[in-house]
Amino acid sequence: MRKVVIAFASFAILALSTAAAEAQRDTLTLAMTLEPAPGLDPTMGPAAAIREITYANLFEGLTRIDRNAEIRPALAESWTVSADGMVYGFKLRQGVRFHDGTEFDSADVKYSLERAMAPDSRNAQKWIFAPIAKIETPDRYAVVVTLKRPAGNFLYGLGWGDAAMVAPETAANNSASPIGTGPFKFDRWVKGDRVELSRFDGYWRKDAVALRRVTFRFIPDAQAQISALLAGDVDAVPIFAAPEAVEQFKTDKRFSVTVGATEGETILALNNQKPPFNDLRVRQALAHAVDRNALIAGAMSGYGTPIGSHFSPGHPAYVDLTGRYPYDPAKARALLAEAGHPNGLKATLRLPPPPYARRGGEIVAAQLSKVGIQVSIEPVEWAQWLDNVFQNKQFDMTIISHVEPMDIDKYAVDDYYFGYRNPRFKEVMAAIDRATDPAAQNRLYREAQTLLADDSVNVFLFQLSRITVANADVIGLWQNVPLPANDLTEVSWRK
Amino acid sequence: MIAFVLRRVLGLAATLAAASLVVFVVLEVLPGDPALVMLGTEAQPQTLALLRAEMGLDQPAPQRYLTWVAGLVRGDLGLSYTYRVPVGELVVQRLEVTLPLTVLAISLSTALAIPLGVFAASRHRKWGDSAIMAFAQLGMAIPNFWLALLLVLVFAVQLGWFSAGGFPGWSESPGAAFQALVLPAIALALPQAAILARVTRSAVLDMMGEDFVRTARAKGLSRDAALWRHALRNALIPVLTIMGLQFSFLLAGAVIVENVFYLPGLGRLVFQAVSQRDLIVVKNVVLLLAAAVVTVNFIVDLLYAAVDPRLRTGR
Repeated sequence: MRKVVIAFASFAILALSTAAAEAQRDTLTLAMTLEPAPGLDPTMGPAAAIREITYANLFEGLTRIDRNAEIRPALAESWTVSADGMVYGFKLRQGVRFHDGTEFDSADVKYSLERAMAPDSRNAQKWIFAPIAKIETPDRYAVVVTLKRPAGNFLYGLGWGDAAMVAPETAANNSASPIGTGPFKFDRWVKGDRVELSRFDGYWRKDAVALRRVTFRFIPDAQAQISALLAGDVDAVPIFAAPEAVEQFKTDKRFSVTVGATEGETILALNNQKPPFNDLRVRQALAHAVDRNALIAGAMSGYGTPIGSHFSPGHPAYVDLTGRYPYDPAKARALLAEAGHPNGLKATLRLPPPPYARRGGEIVAAQLSKVGIQVSIEPVEWAQWLDNVFQNKQFDMTIISHVEPMDIDKYAVDDYYFGYRNPRFKEVMAAIDRATDPAAQNRLYREAQTLLADDSVNVFLFQLSRITVANADVIGLWQNVPLPANDLTEVSWRK
Repeated sequence: MIAFVLRRVLGLAATLAAASLVVFVVLEVLPGDPALVMLGTEAQPQTLALLRAEMGLDQPAPQRYLTWVAGLVRGDLGLSYTYRVPVGELVVQRLEVTLPLTVLAISLSTALAIPLGVFAASRHRKWGDSAIMAFAQLGMAIPNFWLALLLVLVFAVQLGWFSAGGFPGWSESPGAAFQALVLPAIALALPQAAILARVTRSAVLDMMGEDFVRTARAKGLSRDAALWRHALRNALIPVLTIMGLQFSFLLAGAVIVENVFYLPGLGRLVFQAVSQRDLIVVKNVVLLLAAAVVTVNFIVDLLYAAVDPRLRTGR
C-alpha cells in the first residue's frame, strides 16, 4: 500500500512540475484534428493541415496574406508591376536566412518558382505559376518575373503556402524535416502525437516573435479536445470541432472563444449532368425547399453564415444573394410540378464524415421530404467520397464544404464533379484572370456570383465558422482565416 | 515437443502467406485511391498521374503484390504514403506505446481477476461471491471508452493528477511516459478483468466437481486447500485461452481508448491509415497483427502444454 501512495505522490509531483513549466508563458500548445499528409512540405500537397502548421511559421513566400486577407510584403520587400501587367520586379529583403544558416537570395527564388512550375512537379496549385514565362535574377536581391499573359491573381497566389520559398540544398527533404525562413524552426515530429517547433534565432524579424516553443498536438476526437483544454494540456484549439460545446467554454472565465469566418462554402452539391438535376426548375425548387437558418441552428448550433452563391461573405466583392431563393416549400412544390414531378421525386444524398455534412444531411433530407423529395442518405468515408462523388461523379446530391480560398473558379473547370457548364461563366473567369485592376476584378466576381445563383448550380447553404477556443491569456491568434493557417508570429501571453 | 513446435511454426508461415494475399486483395477491392485522397478536391489529372506513378500505383496488381512480398522477405516494409518515413520506423514508434500499454492492462486485469475469481469460487453462493459477480457484471456492461471518459473527467479535469492524454515518449521522461499510460491501462483492464474473473470462477467451480478434487478432499484436504492446490491449476486452461484472446485484442483493439486519450498507438495508426488510404501502412500492420495473434496463440498452446502434461505428447 505504501508503494501505491508513493507512486501517486510522484505522479502528483510530476503533474505539478509540468504545470510550473507552463507558467513561464513563452510556450504554446495547440490542438489540431488532422495530422498533415503527406509530410510537412506545403509545395507538395494541398492538405490544410500542412498549412496550419507551416504557413508563416516555418515557411514564407515573396508575399504573404495577412489576417485581413490583404497581400503584404514578406520575403519581397517591395515590388513593381509594369503598366501592361506582364513584368513583376521584386526587391528581396536582405539578411534573411534559412533555418540551416544559409542566406536567402534571388537564386532561391528562381529555384523555388521553377521547381513548382516544372512539368513533373506535384504542386497542387499550378495556376499560380502557369502564367510565368521567364524568371531573371539581375542581382542577388532582385528578381524579375515576366508573364505570358496578365494574371490579376499573381501576387495573391505568391502569398499561398504552395509558393513558399525553399532552398535547393534542402528542398527534397522538406516533407520530413522542413527548412524554411520562418520565425520558427522544425524540431521534431512524433508521428501520431505532435509536431514541435522552436524560435529561430536568425529570423529577420526576430524581435516580433514572443513564443519560444510551439507544439501542435493531434487530437482527432472532439471530446478529447474538450478534455485537453479543460485539463490544461493544450492552450488553444484553433479549429474547434464541437460547436455544441461552445457555450460551456463561453461561460468559463479561463477560456476565450472567438468565432470567425473561414473560406469554407458549404453546399448541397447537385449532379448537374444527371436527370432530374439537369433541369434548372428542379435545382431552383431544391433551393427554395431548404431553410438555411434552421439548418445552421440545428446542425451547427447556430455557427455559420447563410450564403446564396459560392463566395465568401468576408470578401469585398461579396454580393448577398441569400434572398434569391427564399425558403418557400409551396413554391418548391410548384416548380417541381412544372418540371414534370407533381408527385415529387427520389434521390440519394451521399454524406462524407464531417459533422456539418452528417448532421446537416439529416436536416436537409427532412426539409426536402416536406416538398415531396424522398431522400435516401448514404454515409460514406472520405476516401469513398473522393472516389465515387468527386472522381467518378456517381451521385445525385452531396454536402461538402469547399475550403480553398477564392475557389469560385472551380465552376469553370470542365468535368468538375457537379458538372456545371456555362460558357458565359468561363468568359467571366478568364476576364478576371486578365484584369489587373482590383475594382474591375471585383465587378467581374460579382457577376460570377450572380450567374451561379441564377443557374442555381448547387444549393448554397452556409459559410463555415471558425470557432477558436483558447486560454483567456493567449493573445494574437487569427480570428478569421483567409487561408488555412495558424500564424503564430504575433501570438503571445498576456502579461 | 519438437514435432509440436515444428508443426506450429509451419502453420504460422502458412497462415501469414494466406493473410498477406487476403489483405492485398481486400485493399484492392476497397474503393478509394490513395493519391486522390492526398490531393482531395484540388486533384488535377496531371498531378494525380504523377503522384500515382511516384507511389508505384500505376503498376499492375500482381506485380505490386510480388514487390510487396519480396520487400517483406528482405525486411523492407516500404515508405508510408502519408508520413513519408519507413513503415518499419512508424510501427516501432507505435509499439513503444502499444506494447507497454497492453502488458500493463493485461497484468492489471490478471492481478485483479484471478484472485477475485478464485475467491468468488471459494465463497460459492455466499455473500462474497454475489458481490464480486455483481461487480463483474457491471464491469462487463461498461464500455471501456465510457470508463475512459469518466477517468479523464475525474483524474485529469477535476483532480489534475494526470494529463488528459497524449504520450511524451520514453526518452524524454520515463516517469511521464508511464504516467500517460496509467489511466488508459485502467480503462482497458477493468472490463477485461470482469470477464476474466467470471471465467476463472466458473472454471474453478467446474474443477471442484471433478473426481480428483473429491479424492483430494477424501485424503483430508480442506475445501480451500483442494481449491488452491488442485482445482486452480487445472482451471488455468480456459483462463489462459481468454488471456491470449485479450492480449491479441488489445494490440489493435485499443483504438477507441487510444482515441479518448489521443495516444499514438498501433490501433490508431491502422485506423488513420485506412481512412487516409495509406495502404502500404495498412497492409503491413495488418499482416504484423496477424503474425502477433498467431504467435500469441502459439505461446498459449505452449503454456497449455506446460500446465497440462497430457497435451505435451501431441495427441
